[in-house]
This record gives sequence, C-alpha cells and structure tokens, in this order.
Amino acid sequence: MKRTTVLVMVGAIVIFGISWVLKSMSLTSTTDHYIAKGFAITFAAFLTLCIFSFLYKDNPFYKFAEHLFVGVSAAFWMSMGFWSTIVGNLIPRVSETLSNYFKVPYHPESYNPFYFLPVFLGILLLLRLSRKVGWVSRWPLAFIVGTTAGFNFIRYLRSDFIEQVSATFVPLLVDWQGIGHFFSNLSLSSTGQFVAMLSNWVIFFGVLCGIIYFFFSKEHKGVFGGASKIGIWILMITFGASFGYTVMGRISLLVGRITFLFKDWLSLIS
Amino acid sequence: MRREVPLFITFFIGMLLIFSVFIPPMESLGEDFTVFFDIIAVFAFFLGGGNLLRVHVSKLTRQKRDWQYSIVTLLGFAVTLVIGLFKIGNPGGIAAAPTAAGSLFQEIFDYCLVPLGATMYSLLAFFVASASYRAFRAKNREATILLIAAFIILLGRTPFGTVVTGWIPESFDVLQVPNLAVWIMNAPNLAGQRAIMIGIGLGVVSMSLRVILGIERTYLGEDKS
Repeated sequence: MKRTTVLVMVGAIVIFGISWVLKSMSLTSTTDHYIAKGFAITFAAFLTLCIFSFLYKDNPFYKFAEHLFVGVSAAFWMSMGFWSTIVGNLIPRVSETLSNYFKVPYHPESYNPFYFLPVFLGILLLLRLSRKVGWVSRWPLAFIVGTTAGFNFIRYLRSDFIEQVSATFVPLLVDWQGIGHFFSNLSLSSTGQFVAMLSNWVIFFGVLCGIIYFFFSKEHKGVFGGASKIGIWILMITFGASFGYTVMGRISLLVGRITFLFKDWLSLIS
Repeated sequence: MRREVPLFITFFIGMLLIFSVFIPPMESLGEDFTVFFDIIAVFAFFLGGGNLLRVHVSKLTRQKRDWQYSIVTLLGFAVTLVIGLFKIGNPGGIAAAPTAAGSLFQEIFDYCLVPLGATMYSLLAFFVASASYRAFRAKNREATILLIAAFIILLGRTPFGTVVTGWIPESFDVLQVPNLAVWIMNAPNLAGQRAIMIGIGLGVVSMSLRVILGIERTYLGEDKS
C-alpha cells in the first residue's frame, strides 16, 4: 500500500474519531444514547462523503461504501422478506406451532396445504447453487415466469391498452355553447374553455400521432408521414418533460444529502 | 424433464391465471398465486444472498483484485442478516416488527442504507448535468423541442419561474411558466406517455402469449451437458 494512501486512511480515521466525539458532546443534552447516536450520525456522514468522493475519481473510500451497500442491502431485503412474507403470510396458513413460536396470529380456518407448494418450489430454486442438480431450479423459475405472464396478460390489456385507449376519447368541444360564446370568451386562462379544448385536442391527436410513429408496417410518407412527424414531436416533449422531472428528482435528493451534512452532522444550519 | 416440465408448468400456470379471470369461483386463485409468487421471491432473495456469499468468498480465498473490499461486503451482509433475522436489539422482541422504532435493524436502515442509497442516486445529479449538455444542444427541430420542454419543466418547478413570468395577466396565465409546465405535463406529455403505454401494453400482451405458448424459451437458458 502506498504511503499517501495510508496517510489519507489514518487522517480519515482521526477525523472520524474527532467528529464522533464532538457530535456526541453536542447531543448530550438532547439524546439519551448520545454516544451511539453520535456514532450513527458520523458514520452516515462518512458514508455520504465516501460516495461523493467518486466525483473526484474512483477511490478506496468509494469502493468501501459501494461494497458495504451491496452487502447490507442484500441482507436487509432478505430479512424483510423473511419477516413480512414467510412469517407474515406463509406460517399463519401452514403451522400453528410455528405461528406460536413467531407470535403471529394463527387462524385454523385459513389453513391451506397448497401453501406448501411455493415452499417446495422455493427450495428447488435454491438448488441453482448446485452444479449437478441446478437444472431443477427451472421448475420454480417456470412457475414465476408463468405467473408473471398470466398476470401481465390481463393486467396490461386492461390498464395499458383498453383503459388508455378509452381515456383518449375525450370531447373535442368542451362546454360548447356556440361559436359566438366561444369567441367572446376567448382567453388563455389556464382554467378557461380554450385551454381545456386545446388540451383535449392535443391529447387525442397526440396519442394518435404517437401510435402512428410506432407503426412500422406502412412507410412513413405523405399524410401518414406527417402524422408520424407530429408523433415524434409529441414524444420529444414527453422525453423532455421526463428528463426535467428526473433532473429535479436527483437535485432534490442532492439537496437532502447536503442538508443532512450541514444540519444533522455539522449543525451549521438550524 | 429439463425443458418439457418447465414449459408445461409455464403453460399451465399462465392459462390457469388467464381463465381464472373469466370464471368467478376461480377469482381468489389470483390472490393465492400473488402470495405464492412473493414466497418464491423470498427464496430468490436467499438464492441471491447465497450467490453473493459464493462470489465474495471465492474472491477472498483466491485473493483476486480488490479482494479486501469483499471483507466489507461479507461483514456488512453477515451483521445485517444476523441482526435482521434474530431481531437483535429490537425493544419489542420477536413479536415486534423488524423495523420497529428504536430497533438496531431500523438504525442500520436509517444511518447506513438510506445515506448510501440516497447519495448514490443524488450523485446522478452531477452526471445528469453533463448529459444535459449533450441533450440540450439544439442540433435539429426534435432536439430543440426536447430542450424547450425540459427547460420549461425545470423552470416551472422553481420560484424563479414564478418571479420571471408572474407579471402575465390572469387572462393569459397559461403562459406563466409554472402553469405552462403543468399544461405540458397534463396535455402533450400525457399524450406521449399514453402512446408509449399503449405500445408497451401490446408488447407485454404479445410477449406473455409467446411465453405461455412456449414460443419464447430464452428464460430456460441453455443445456450445457
């Protein structure tokens, strides 16, 4: 290991220690377990800075945080799955003894021997780790794929196709009381009749043109090509809006982390 | 056995779930299968954990590149798993929720997982900035439309947008940047999203049919023997 690396690591440990002591001291009047709380806040700040250090370049601190994230999150979701699904949903349906052990309510009327089937398939899935009988894990995999395909077939047909097509057929004349009334009340108010009508026209023809763009069985020429071109513009607006939203989401996360560093850790802002 | 049984299972389960929608006494089957799916998913989590152990223990024992970090992964994994599965440091004991207030498991979530996850994603803000530079160059008409839409949405979500266009009278208030951002989200953006959703819906339906009928078999992998 290089001498500079060792120095940086020692420096980081010393700063961590000083920060822990100072943070614990600042929490003495407000928290009972101030030493543990001080450690937790300092550790969270340390991890935050470790990840931010990637902005400089890939380095041992970032790798440390990255590897810790992988290990902790895998174990976290395993534990959550065990307690919420195995103990919460499976055990009360198959065993009174285990229900009593885990202190979850057991209802004899909800006993269902079919619930041993996913347990059996789950055990087969674990055989994936074996080279000799790993192929048996295809059975539970087939069950998962079959279930997903069966559910998605109906779900997407209903929610992503039928309901979306149905919602696209909106009235193109909103609150229509004649052409005279329309022109006499013409305005660009966001709650006005014109904007409401414009929105519905854009929704109906926008969806139509967007679908035309995705239709590749006919050459995009003439009127069809024109509609396809409008479809691209509508899709570009959608991508732009999604991009803007993503940027805002990431920036709000960044603001949250910086607030944590300056407020919770350094107590520089109230 | 290696290919025929899985294909039959996929066909049978897929068809059963589709028909259960049309046969009222079979409707509850969908709920049961959702729980079955969740239970197998938990075993899949354990499979993932086992694979993680295998990969990192192998990296450690063979002293491959960056093997030292595998110790961090294994330690983080083991400590969190023991605390989570045995509810160590949980004031309510075994009967309490694993993430009960004040439990050690919840502290791991709050002071380890949340900072790591949130910072990892917030890091993308910086990379998005460089991506914006590439995306926001108005090279042609389509790129210009994307640029304008993204700019209005970004500006509309900040107080600056209100300050800059707040003077526009009420009868033209759709032109105020925050209102324009809302309109873009509710009209053209909705239209584009809907066109994409309809395409995705048709794609998923056709793919599901291909899987159920055994035309699509890539999920089974290849037989090496």
